[in-house]
Amino acid sequence: MELTLLDFLRIDFPALLAAVLACAACALVGNFLVLRRQGLMGDAISHAVLPGIVGGFLVAGTRETLPMMAGALLAAALAGVLIEAVRRLGRLESGAAMGVVFTVMFAAGVVLIERAAASGVDLDADCVLYGQLETILWLEPTGWGSLLDPAALAGLPREVMTLGFVLALCAGLVLLFYKELKITTFDPALASTLGIPAGAFHYGVVLLVAATAIAAFEAVGSILVIAMLICPAAAARMLTDRFAAQLALSVLLGVLAAVLGYGGAAFLPLWLGAEHSLNAAGMIAVASGLILALAVLFGPRHGLVGRRRGLRRVRASATPASSPGPAVLGGEA
Amino acid sequence: MSAEALTGGIPLEELLRVLFFQAGFNTAVVVAGTAALGLAGGTVGTFLLLRRRALVSDALSHATLPGIAVAFLIGAALGLPGRSLPLLLAGAVVSGVLGLLTVQALARHTRLTEDSAIGAVLSVFFGLGIVLISYIQNLELAGQAGLKTFILGQTAAMARGEAIAIGLLAAGAAAAVALLFKEFRALAFDPGFAAVQGWPVARLDLALMGLATLVTVIGLQTVGLILVVALLIIPPAAARFWTDRLALMTWLAAGIGALSGWLGATLSALLPKMPAGAVIVLVAGFFFLLSFLFAPARGLAAAALRGLALRAGYAERAALVRLLAAEGGAPAPVLAAPLRLALAARGHLRGGRLTGRGRAAARRAERNRRLWERFLIDHPTLLPGQLRWGIDDIDEALPGDLVRLLEERDAQERNALARQAPAPGRLAS
Amino acid sequence: MQHFIGRHAAAEPGSGDADAGSSPLPDPLPNPLPNPLPSPLAIRGLTVAYHRRPVLWEVAYEAPPRGLIAVVGPNGAGKSTLIKACLGLVPKVAGTVEAFGRPIGEQRRRIGYVPQRESVDWDFPVSALDVVAMGRYGRIGWFRRVSRAHKEAALHALERVGMADFARRQIGQLSGGQQQRVFLARALAQEAQLYFMDEPFAGVDAATEHAILDVLRDLDAAGRTVVCVHHDLQTVGGYFDHVLLMNTRVVAHGRVATTLTPELLARTYGGQSQAFAAALPARQDARP
Repeated sequence: MELTLLDFLRIDFPALLAAVLACAACALVGNFLVLRRQGLMGDAISHAVLPGIVGGFLVAGTRETLPMMAGALLAAALAGVLIEAVRRLGRLESGAAMGVVFTVMFAAGVVLIERAAASGVDLDADCVLYGQLETILWLEPTGWGSLLDPAALAGLPREVMTLGFVLALCAGLVLLFYKELKITTFDPALASTLGIPAGAFHYGVVLLVAATAIAAFEAVGSILVIAMLICPAAAARMLTDRFAAQLALSVLLGVLAAVLGYGGAAFLPLWLGAEHSLNAAGMIAVASGLILALAVLFGPRHGLVGRRRGLRRVRASATPASSPGPAVLGGEA
Repeated sequence: MSAEALTGGIPLEELLRVLFFQAGFNTAVVVAGTAALGLAGGTVGTFLLLRRRALVSDALSHATLPGIAVAFLIGAALGLPGRSLPLLLAGAVVSGVLGLLTVQALARHTRLTEDSAIGAVLSVFFGLGIVLISYIQNLELAGQAGLKTFILGQTAAMARGEAIAIGLLAAGAAAAVALLFKEFRALAFDPGFAAVQGWPVARLDLALMGLATLVTVIGLQTVGLILVVALLIIPPAAARFWTDRLALMTWLAAGIGALSGWLGATLSALLPKMPAGAVIVLVAGFFFLLSFLFAPARGLAAAALRGLALRAGYAERAALVRLLAAEGGAPAPVLAAPLRLALAARGHLRGGRLTGRGRAAARRAERNRRLWERFLIDHPTLLPGQLRWGIDDIDEALPGDLVRLLEERDAQERNALARQAPAPGRLAS
Repeated sequence: MQHFIGRHAAAEPGSGDADAGSSPLPDPLPNPLPNPLPSPLAIRGLTVAYHRRPVLWEVAYEAPPRGLIAVVGPNGAGKSTLIKACLGLVPKVAGTVEAFGRPIGEQRRRIGYVPQRESVDWDFPVSALDVVAMGRYGRIGWFRRVSRAHKEAALHALERVGMADFARRQIGQLSGGQQQRVFLARALAQEAQLYFMDEPFAGVDAATEHAILDVLRDLDAAGRTVVCVHHDLQTVGGYFDHVLLMNTRVVAHGRVATTLTPELLARTYGGQSQAFAAALPARQDARP
């Protein structure tokens, strides 16, 4: 099978663009989960929205994005509130609280899907799990020139448009609330004493993650959403100690994973002589995992390899450091 | 209302037949096997929950998928027929354990926290599994369609022999927990102390995670790898609301798990195309909701009532003491309307003045407060953790001889204060 | 809600402050009213319970108009809870907390806070300067960036604790004492009038202890009030003017020299235990 320019622009380009936008948006908001030690919130939310998606679909009766999005957002908000309620009021650790809420909600979604299927409606849990990147097509382009042609660009698939909007929303909100997000993530107690509502920001982050996850679902599926919320941000944790750099680097790594993963799924098998491409969403998740593994091993200061070498250097040059003595007795009076 | 309306369109007779194992040997075996699975999930999950490892098993279950796919490929290469379950489950164990070890290594040896490690492992391993399955689908091998049933589960797929094997393994897991109960309790309560006491903590942890792996893998087929974690989390979380005693909690979790498995499998056997895993989880979720809301020990309603009673009781007693002080010449307190109504309803207050009964209650409250304070002054180190001191009636909360001692000391102290000039510093009591 | 009167009446506001006569600060204006200036911190009938177990019991306290106040008591006496309840970080069962005569929630700009060092993730990707600049967020306001002026104020605060050279360092690479100084600098950057500090001297090296003490004395000289949870009985006398002895309830409060007596300490740390009296430093009046 020969790869022509037109094929690339019509089939691969829109899918790749969707993947890149989804990964960038997820990676950006994922930082606030990873830094708040709430990485599992991404896992929980992306499972818990299923009944919302199906519900929105059943209520509206169409595969329109808007009702599904609304349903999913509602479900995510419900999940966020329920998890907090179970954790605080039920005094359960947050992992268990999430585990209870998201499994029950996901199960409800699965049952709803089966009910819908029984009444002859085509909905599939599979597509929620690992997306339909391969079905995103852009029929307008006639050549490279179409990338600059407003008429052709207006025909870009709906998923790409939605994802572009969500990415812009995330970036805008992060810029707007940069300082508040930073302080409520680092020291919520201090934020409260300064009058910055740390609790509201917690829910805000949950909702933003939900909106991003939902927009990304249709294209890339929930599993890739989880990978993208966690892996790029976690990899950036291994590479930098600065907040702004952390955010920028995670987005960059997310985009890199999207490009590598999509290439690995769509083109690599063909070049290797196989007849079919592989699942792109899965491959992007794997690529993000590889990037994380490399960062964990070879990160400059915190990487396992570098750290071991650093330890050896410290030991070699060890001098009796002035140890922090006990508190001064009796003061200097 | 007809019985059928109550059971969602299922003939009641049919429901009862399946519930009580009268609907044919096959269905009975599947229902019993699933109940055993729930029981094992509840018992093992209790210790996972207390060890704060609940969601580690989520990474474990998602991480089984690439192992299943690789095992399938190996089976195909060896020419084994279609879908050899033991081989697939062996693959699941291998990659699940690999995922588990990755989570531990990331959380222990890097600055990444456990939640990030879990999220990364579960999504990357699952993604790898999906890639492998898409590769297998392209090969067009026989039996590959069955691979996806591991994701969401399917009771109908369970053969009689498999159901029996699942039931036996699940019973074995539960029995292992019963045997290691004392050891697991030490591990879950205080691993540091357990290690100092000479318990092999690392090996016990390994055993616990091994049992979790076992439950996960045997649950894959029925419940599916996304929801199997619910079997380990929901029953113990629900049981937690009923009791503070570990043994009872374990029994309750086992019971709730078994009941969920039993009811869930029954319902899904009766409702066409209803995935068993989802139904089981919903049933378990229903039990959780009941426990969360209504359990007397730690449930929401009980806690809310107690909190309200605490505030109201506190405010009432404070008001009584102040009213009593006002009779002795102190400025009269301004009481909020609900407080006045509550006091009037108890017959403590009439027309803004204390009744005889109110005066007696106020004296009791005043004495209670005084003695509790004396207790705090004389025995600050004795404050027991569980005692709701200061608020309960002191005669019920403390042994009688201690209360008498406090009364004596209180009288002494008041006499001394009355005679003496103000003590050095500014005494608050 | 008003405070619980009962036998606490003797310790209530306006009932003859033992400190007033010996206050180093001359009264700004002779005022005929009994209560000329609202106290920087007035706690009345504060009761806090965790799951029905009282942690603070009818705490009543009025801080003197200025000075360094140590909150002293045994482990589990509710010292940190007192600070958190004052700041509105834990729910109250009963009681009011006022700062400068108004509910403390309306006075955020005038309140500074130094939490315990363990309360945050020191691996967080921020520099020392970033953390100190967070102290200014309250006055920067929503949507605005951290301006150069605010960064300079943060840098100045770092200088005051002797940490200017570490401004760009990620906080996880600082020693415990240095981290504590960063927290202190952050509170300084808040430019508050009333400070709450939760064990600022815990687990720090000698140099840091001196640095913190210098800052506390500067604050005192500038007329600020500092309420400090302190665990080291040996240094209370040297470091602080006032002391609040507490064990779930307030045992006593007043000037260090008159309050830190063996008898009151024994009451704070355990009725029967005389060991504390024996352990007392012989010179509690050592403050220069």
